[in-house]
Amino acid sequence: MSSQQGFTLSGKQFEALCAAFETADVQKRGSIDVQIVPKLVQDVLGSSLAPSEKDAIRLRAESKAKKGVLYFADFVEVMSETLQTTTQWGKLTTTLSGYVGIDTLQEQMRKKALKRGFEFHIMVVGGSGLGKSTLVNTLFKAQISRRSCTNESEGTIPKTVQIKSVSHVIEEKGVRLKLTVTDTPGFGDQINNENCWLPILEFINDQYEKYLSEEVNVSRKKHIPDTRVHVCLYFISPTGHSCRPLDLEFMKRLDKVVNIVPIIAKADTLTLEERYAFKKRVREDLEFHGIQFYPMKSLDEDEEETAINQALREKMPFAIVGSDREYQVNGKSVLGRKTKWGLIEVENKNHCEFALLRDMLIRTHMQDLKDVTDSIHYENFRRERLEMHSEFAGPTPPYHEMGESNL
Amino acid sequence: MKGKLEEPVISAPKLDMKMAAEVERTLSPGADGGRQFDMDDFDILDAEQGADARSLELKGHVGFDSLPDQLVNKSVSGGFCFNILCVGETGVGKSTLMDTLFNTQFEDEPAAHDVPGVHLKSKTYEIQESNVRLKLNIVYTVGFGDQINKEDSYKPIVEYIDQQFENYLQEELKIKRGLHMYHDTRVHACLYFITPTGHSLKSLDLVTMKKLDSKVNIIPIIAKADTISKNELHKFKIKIMSELVSNGVQIYQFPTDDETVAELNATMNGHLPFAVVGSTDEVKVGNKMVRARVYPWGTVQVENENHCDFVKLREMLVRTNMEDLRETTHTRHYELFRRCRLEEMGFVDDDSDNKPFSLHETYEAKRVEHLNELQRKEEEMRQMFVVRVKEKEGELKEAEKELHAKFDQLKRQHSDEKKKLEEKKKMLEEEINLFNKKKQAAMAAQQQAQQAAASATQTIPKAHKKKW
Repeated sequence: MSSQQGFTLSGKQFEALCAAFETADVQKRGSIDVQIVPKLVQDVLGSSLAPSEKDAIRLRAESKAKKGVLYFADFVEVMSETLQTTTQWGKLTTTLSGYVGIDTLQEQMRKKALKRGFEFHIMVVGGSGLGKSTLVNTLFKAQISRRSCTNESEGTIPKTVQIKSVSHVIEEKGVRLKLTVTDTPGFGDQINNENCWLPILEFINDQYEKYLSEEVNVSRKKHIPDTRVHVCLYFISPTGHSCRPLDLEFMKRLDKVVNIVPIIAKADTLTLEERYAFKKRVREDLEFHGIQFYPMKSLDEDEEETAINQALREKMPFAIVGSDREYQVNGKSVLGRKTKWGLIEVENKNHCEFALLRDMLIRTHMQDLKDVTDSIHYENFRRERLEMHSEFAGPTPPYHEMGESNL
Repeated sequence: MKGKLEEPVISAPKLDMKMAAEVERTLSPGADGGRQFDMDDFDILDAEQGADARSLELKGHVGFDSLPDQLVNKSVSGGFCFNILCVGETGVGKSTLMDTLFNTQFEDEPAAHDVPGVHLKSKTYEIQESNVRLKLNIVYTVGFGDQINKEDSYKPIVEYIDQQFENYLQEELKIKRGLHMYHDTRVHACLYFITPTGHSLKSLDLVTMKKLDSKVNIIPIIAKADTISKNELHKFKIKIMSELVSNGVQIYQFPTDDETVAELNATMNGHLPFAVVGSTDEVKVGNKMVRARVYPWGTVQVENENHCDFVKLREMLVRTNMEDLRETTHTRHYELFRRCRLEEMGFVDDDSDNKPFSLHETYEAKRVEHLNELQRKEEEMRQMFVVRVKEKEGELKEAEKELHAKFDQLKRQHSDEKKKLEEKKKMLEEEINLFNKKKQAAMAAQQQAQQAAASATQTIPKAHKKKW
């Protein structure tokens, strides 16, 4: 960042910094303690900083501090670097005396996004017969995957895990979405299921690899097709006890590679109490093994987001019932499963948590899923991939910025 | 589906086979344990091609129509950034126009005319409107057009633009990168201020614009347009545009592919270059306060479309095409820079599987080379330094020796002289002794002689006594 020249502060900004520094420097030594720098920055900006930002500021201050104190010039540098990375300038914002029109940026961006269309890749993993294909069809209200029973004419169980991808373009109110669904028949079906996650892991990494090689081209496409897996729905069998070893193994290996959303399949076999207890045990199991499912706690940035995500995390794994058949209830047509003892309505929040899953996946967190895949999982993959072959692990200085010579 | 009698279903979904475009990719181990890929068929339906024929009908409201909202909300919470470069001669009205455009006072002292060369100064501000926060980076040229020899005037500008691209490229190529937090300083729009001579473009303008047109979106504007009359302005605009075309200068064209704004943009394209007047002074006209410039013969209102094109500029730059400017910078200008730069560094597109490595390997190799080169040079310099130090030391030692020698010599001389003197002294003393002895001897002899004479004369004095 220090190599970006030309970030000079304007007069007003400089004055604000001077004033703040002077008030903080009670002993008039010309320097301030490193510990109070984050708070000082917060005062200058007049807005509250996220904990991660405060940490970053503290790190910067510490790196520039001499014997635990920061001189004014260094303070200005820390401030400049902070201003560059954030757009919450608080009191340092320049006031406008009339309408300029930059809020139209939202509209402009929306138009461009609509024109471009969206892409989303969902993967479903779980033992056969847990209702994976049905769930996908229910989620998107269309016959996206054919049920595997119609697929395999021989009806034999495949020798290993297969990966089958299907792509559709669906449109709703002008928004075009290219939806890719990847199914994994054969997962967990063998007697010896060791390493049955390997083909899946490989598939996910292949998508990252494809994206990386496109990104690294000298002549790049205008829009690199994004086939990376954005979310992996893991189907937990509703045994009522706790997670099975296979479940834990799979999730342990994949939670750092892809966003995992565990769900309890065929939840209509559990009563509400059983469901509640089961969920609790599953959550405890996952936490015990250090498995982070989406939404990840470590990524929550501000309080609002933390509150929303925490509420979701407490309800996960969602207990799901899927169906693509419609029945009439009180004159309305609903999706449901009809049994001799009643009709389970899929979208009824009292019956199952399908609506919660759908809302999270599609209506509120879809973009976030894509962003986390891009900025966290993909970057991890890229870093490991490039570090593997490079003898110089760790942050590499840019081409021109070399270390200071000791002459 | 399996032939069983199924329950009668109300409004059963009809699977319209021809509407579903299904592509399957099977991954299964081959006989030799390797993997076979059925790759190509993963037909990437480019959404931009309008894949209506292959879309699937939805039976109900799914809810992904909120996707654009989700995307926009995320971007808004992260804030936007926009970088403007203002190129123009000193005093042409760059800072005033920026103040007018963004309705604020970006303080700045007016630049002097006697700057030795062209350089750029940039300042960053943050502005907020409703919930949109924009980090605005304004770069001005200082001293442009002031020199006597303007051959190199364009160079600092091109260097600055390239430097911003370079910084971004460096960040993108890093192994551990933070593109999402990166403060993007690439220039999104370049406002080129044409001095209102009324005749044609200056050759400096043509040369500069030609150098910049492949690196940045150029929007030419006629500054201080209130000095030109309407007719002259019309002719001036036509002349400028024809000169630009005949010299092959590619200025930024407002995009006409989105139907909602296509017409507006097309009309605006015809009004280029915009003739603007900037002012931050407010004057009462009618019953409103408007920004204007007051002359004895009349008032030029900035926001009056009959008076100048300021409103058009603001409309195009801020309210309609800001996002497009950012996108064009990233997808066209930056990609071009990146391509050239990578080719310069020696990379070539090949279809090997090791592509990411080859890029990074070569990059790393070059970097290592460069580092080694630098280290070598450093070593060399260090050696030279050591050698010089030794030399100097030698010289000093020599001098010291000489001084010592001299000192010794002098000392010797001194002692020699001292000896001589001592000898002389001795001799002198001896002589004195001798002399004293002689003297004594002489005195003794004299005394004897006197005594003898006295005794001889003692008899005589009796005779002489009577005389007294």
